Amino acid sequence: MSFSNLDQLYRQVIMDHYKNPRNKGVIDGDVLTVDMNNPTCGDRIQLQLQVEDNIVKDVKFDGEGCSISMSSASMMTQAIKGKTLDDALQMSELFSDMMLGKDMDTADLDLEDIEALQGVSKFPARIKCATLAWKAMEKGVHKE
Amino acid sequence: MDINAIKEQFPVLNQEINGHPLVYLDSSATAQKPLSVIEAVNDYYRQDNSNVHRGVHTLGSRATDKYEGAREKVRRFIHAESSAEIIFNRGTTTGINTVATSYARHHLTAGDEIVITPMEHHSNIIPWQQAAKATNATLKYIPLQSDGTITLEDVRKTVTKNTKIVAITHVSNVLGTVNPVKEVAKIAHENGAIILVDGAQGAPHIKVDVKDMDCDFYAFSGHKMCGPTGIGVLYGKRELLESMEPVEFGGEMIDFVNLYDSTWKELPWKFEGGTPVIAGAIGLGAAIDFLNEIGMDKVANYEHELADYAIERMNTIDDIEIYGPEKRAALVTFNLKGVHPHDTATVLDAEGIAVRAGHHCAQPLMKWLDVTATARASFYLYNTKEDVDILVDGLLKTKEFFGNVF
Repeated sequence: MSFSNLDQLYRQVIMDHYKNPRNKGVIDGDVLTVDMNNPTCGDRIQLQLQVEDNIVKDVKFDGEGCSISMSSASMMTQAIKGKTLDDALQMSELFSDMMLGKDMDTADLDLEDIEALQGVSKFPARIKCATLAWKAMEKGVHKE
Repeated sequence: MDINAIKEQFPVLNQEINGHPLVYLDSSATAQKPLSVIEAVNDYYRQDNSNVHRGVHTLGSRATDKYEGAREKVRRFIHAESSAEIIFNRGTTTGINTVATSYARHHLTAGDEIVITPMEHHSNIIPWQQAAKATNATLKYIPLQSDGTITLEDVRKTVTKNTKIVAITHVSNVLGTVNPVKEVAKIAHENGAIILVDGAQGAPHIKVDVKDMDCDFYAFSGHKMCGPTGIGVLYGKRELLESMEPVEFGGEMIDFVNLYDSTWKELPWKFEGGTPVIAGAIGLGAAIDFLNEIGMDKVANYEHELADYAIERMNTIDDIEIYGPEKRAALVTFNLKGVHPHDTATVLDAEGIAVRAGHHCAQPLMKWLDVTATARASFYLYNTKEDVDILVDGLLKTKEFFGNVF
């Protein structure tokens, strides 16, 4: 059989982030920590942000979940590290648009690997998996 | 039992999903509906729609007759003494909450105990947590064996003279464990406690006899037994229901209303405030007719056969973990090693196979199993051995797919 539809969802780069997550772990010391879960499925994430002068100096995540939620978390941390909080929030908005299948203007922001998650928009039941880490980040930034 | 003839009566099963014939293996979440149920609801709205117990007009009588006729069907289905003991409501959750609110909060005081098990659905845990908090009673758990069953010895140890309520599921929605509810009821009664049985996964699959079981309350949902969503049943022994206060007050449930106080209708209507789910009750009656025509003994035997076959076939897959006891109801909860259940469910869906993935509203049980989530294939009378074969092929493909991308 062909896995062509599934290949759209489970792109190589996604599986790479799932198997080899970037920025996974905890930051020592007193940093902003956000815990979030998806109560309908049990996925959970802990996100830590070290913010200095409005810039994400360091970010780490920990948690348990499916390939989509964990790879999305890995990609998100990679994307926002070193960015300003405003840029991080703008990326989150772009990501939401991407999940809704909207056209995006990514001219100003480099979404890096994240565009690989575009296929998720065709699997409505999995969109919440992909957005979990971004929601956690938004919550953290609004706390800051 | 001619399964193909049964299957043909379920219109929803006759479709393709992602280019494959639908294999529906999520009946523990909700069962599909046969044409007779769909038509009963349709006919009611087309020909008889009216409010019940009010109108003098012909439609009002027809609607009332059909609604009360459905109650009688439910009474016979679970072998209750009287239709006064059959309360229509929204579902199992509502039934348990009615008992936890009306009975428990009025009968419990500090030092009293409520006994449940760790295999309960959230809807048979949280109402008791809340009742315990409100009354300073203690919530206790009967421990689970490593295969996800309970022993009567542990029930005897956990239930004491201080226990006022035992609440236990008939069939676990995750493990498929069938609990010895009749024996548990006996132990509860010996200690002066009452017992509520959560029948959400029992009534659709096993012949229920509430008198033989000697349970005090039995709660179940219509939609898991081929009936419509939004209709459920709480059975309660008459003397207990008589002693209980209604939970919802308003129309339909009153006898006399004065400016400063009111009196209630007799059973079962005192617990049915507001316009009831008339079409839902009529649809549930049709579902009961459908199940009776096949025979609940036959349904149970067939599902038992299907469960054995599923376990046997699924056990041939390398790196699969199956949770629950060997002897079980027709559902199999599992995980493929290294593949998250969501991912398994997505790959299976691409093959037209519908399974549930997640914590199945049983977070304490997930902790006990030491997993965050699982996949579950649950069967009903319209599933075939071929469906099991398709599932096993789908799981092998899932392994292949994730083996390749890693």
